[in-house]
Amino acid sequence: MDKTSKENLTRGIIRENPTFVMLLGMCPTLGVTTSALNGLGMGLATMFVLALSNMAVSSFKNVIPDGVRIPAYIVIIASFVTVIEMLMAAYVPLLHRALGIYIPLIVVNCIILGRAEAFASKNSIGQSLLDGIGMGLGFTIALFLLGSIREILGSGSFLGYNFFDEGAETILMFIMPPGAFLVLGFLIVIFNRIKGAK
Amino acid sequence: MKKIPSSLKNMILSLCLIGIFSAFIIGSVHQITEKPIAEAKNRAEADAIYKIIGMKADNNPFADKLKVKLKNSKSKLTVYPLKKDGLIKAFAIKSNSNKGFGGKLEILVGITIDGYILGYEVLKSQETPGLGSKVSEEKFKSQFVGLRPKEELKVKQDGGEIDAVTAATISSRAVTEAVQKAYDGYKKLSHRR
Repeated sequence: MDKTSKENLTRGIIRENPTFVMLLGMCPTLGVTTSALNGLGMGLATMFVLALSNMAVSSFKNVIPDGVRIPAYIVIIASFVTVIEMLMAAYVPLLHRALGIYIPLIVVNCIILGRAEAFASKNSIGQSLLDGIGMGLGFTIALFLLGSIREILGSGSFLGYNFFDEGAETILMFIMPPGAFLVLGFLIVIFNRIKGAK
Repeated sequence: MKKIPSSLKNMILSLCLIGIFSAFIIGSVHQITEKPIAEAKNRAEADAIYKIIGMKADNNPFADKLKVKLKNSKSKLTVYPLKKDGLIKAFAIKSNSNKGFGGKLEILVGITIDGYILGYEVLKSQETPGLGSKVSEEKFKSQFVGLRPKEELKVKQDGGEIDAVTAATISSRAVTEAVQKAYDGYKKLSHRR
């Protein structure tokens, strides 16, 4: 793999992590991360859409006039979101039920439109795919981290495995919205620290 | 290839092209997933029925389903009768409540022909994981088993008998209401027969 490809693939994971560095897509980040599995599922679904829409936008970039590029991108993104929603309902109904309304809301996730506009519309299909996967991975890692911490503190379990007996007192706040903000804040602090030290 | 200019003709053509492309993708995926989606939904309900009733029925409850209309509600409840030796032994009633913490929740309630509640299974809910979602755990669920309610079912906070899940009174209330709705449906059915 040459240097640019590697750069495009890894950029989204730490240096330009969409959640911790660019602070994009906060609605699903805060909304679905009540458990590690939900975060992981949402991250992977977004990664799938991101990779495919980046590729599609990149392959159509020369036939999309500038005047209608945003509607065109949104139609492409919405199609892939619909596709993944149908696939999830068919093959992973439990996860589909848990994520609920957040799946259709991937359409308005600004990470995806952001990458289409900033990267895919200017680069080749292969590089756009790599960028989509990298950004998607960064988003997935962020959501999984957030979900794991909230699940461990808030429900006393990890990936559905309980640490305590039923009825044990856990810090309920962490699975409610305020907990999401707190954990996200602390993660960003830690992330900046790591990045700054480099 | 150079980018095409933003003339009216180009813009219309390009949007049409993308529309056709996305319609094609969605259409083909829909064809593939249509059957698995319906199957997954049916399987979830069939599993729930079997789990509550605990017996294998002679009939196909899905084929014999009927609808019951409640007095002060616009929607109808779906009822799956389970037969053994040609006689109805129990009903599995699909009930719902709009008062959940995360909106609508849907449960399947099993009631024997003599009016004893066998239990319920949550089909669809958006309750907070780890809090409201505890209404689908045994500790809360078992309170309903074996009841033959004469008065309306209510959580303790509202003067009833049901112990709400700690910190999830709203979800508990919604489930209790849905069970009561199913029971109203049962009463109407048994009255009619």
